[in-house]
Amino acid sequence: MNDSPLLTLAGYFAMLSLFAVGGANAAIPEMHRVAVDVMHWMSDRQFADMFAIAQVSPGPNIIIVTLIGYHVAGFTGAAVATTAMCGPTCLMAFFVSRVWDRFKDAPWRIAIQAGLVPLSLGLIAASAFVLARTADHNVYAGLITAATATVAYFTRVNPLWMFVVAGVLGLSGWL
Amino acid sequence: MSQPVAPPPFHPSLAELFRAFVIVSISGFGGALPWARRTIVEQKRWMTTEEFNETFALSQFLPGPNVVNFSVVFGARFGGAPGAAVALAGLMGPPLVIVTVLAILYARFGDVEALSRILAGITAAAVGLLIAVVAKMMAPLFVRRWNSAPAFAILAFTGVAIMHWPLPYVFLGLAPFSIALAWFKR
Repeated sequence: MNDSPLLTLAGYFAMLSLFAVGGANAAIPEMHRVAVDVMHWMSDRQFADMFAIAQVSPGPNIIIVTLIGYHVAGFTGAAVATTAMCGPTCLMAFFVSRVWDRFKDAPWRIAIQAGLVPLSLGLIAASAFVLARTADHNVYAGLITAATATVAYFTRVNPLWMFVVAGVLGLSGWL
Repeated sequence: MSQPVAPPPFHPSLAELFRAFVIVSISGFGGALPWARRTIVEQKRWMTTEEFNETFALSQFLPGPNVVNFSVVFGARFGGAPGAAVALAGLMGPPLVIVTVLAILYARFGDVEALSRILAGITAAAVGLLIAVVAKMMAPLFVRRWNSAPAFAILAFTGVAIMHWPLPYVFLGLAPFSIALAWFKR
């Protein structure tokens, strides 16, 4: 029984959770770097597939870590990765919520939040870039991306419908 | 135990908390936040819109997935540690079961051509959604007079997407300066 992949998963996702300002979407490039480029757990394509599965699954998108964990080390890996990604921040949320009233209007609190917004913006843009290199490999895929971006920006259509349309177009062999 | 906010007039039971977050989780395709708002503010009336926004501001302030943080903060407010645990279990339980089943199916059928085509289409659409999120976040940053924000966004993007530097280095290298500038320009 080799438990080193489990230790890697636990340590890595616990660390990542603390830097994931902006949530799951901001953490995607770092997950991609480690899972594909550093640890060679999976290919570009497999990473993009898991991202897509997490998107169409109900619940928080951070659930991609469950898929990565399962791919690396089965059920144990899925449990370890999910706990490591959610545990530290949940504990932090619990304890901070009890003292939040004391500093919610503090200038330093507002400055920290304002200072982190541009970073999470850059990281989410990096997610789009990293995934687009795999997903948008021809003009039709690029058109789906552009169309979805436009619809999502200007309307409140449920993203699920865009996934359905894009999935059907993908199945029909245009991509 | 100290209550973070004035106690609300109505206390949902642990079972009700659990059920509410199960509903939020299984309805929350493409982001659970709108569903959390709908369930908690509009249907259950456990919070006013202002209370919801304030609780959510705390969830955004903390690192990690906002909705997961929100379930913990919300559960803790109504039911202490057991409330937080129950809300988190409700939010994460059903998706974990569903995703684990999908992980097993993907491990077995991931190489099937048709599945791989469908997922390629979905990924292309998901990239479009990310671009829309970025565009929506960008608008207020570029309007404001404080204009170091775009520079930090571009630096974070370049460090992570182009240079492939580890996120902790990029974050720790940029955050102190970005926060300091936000402090002085406030």
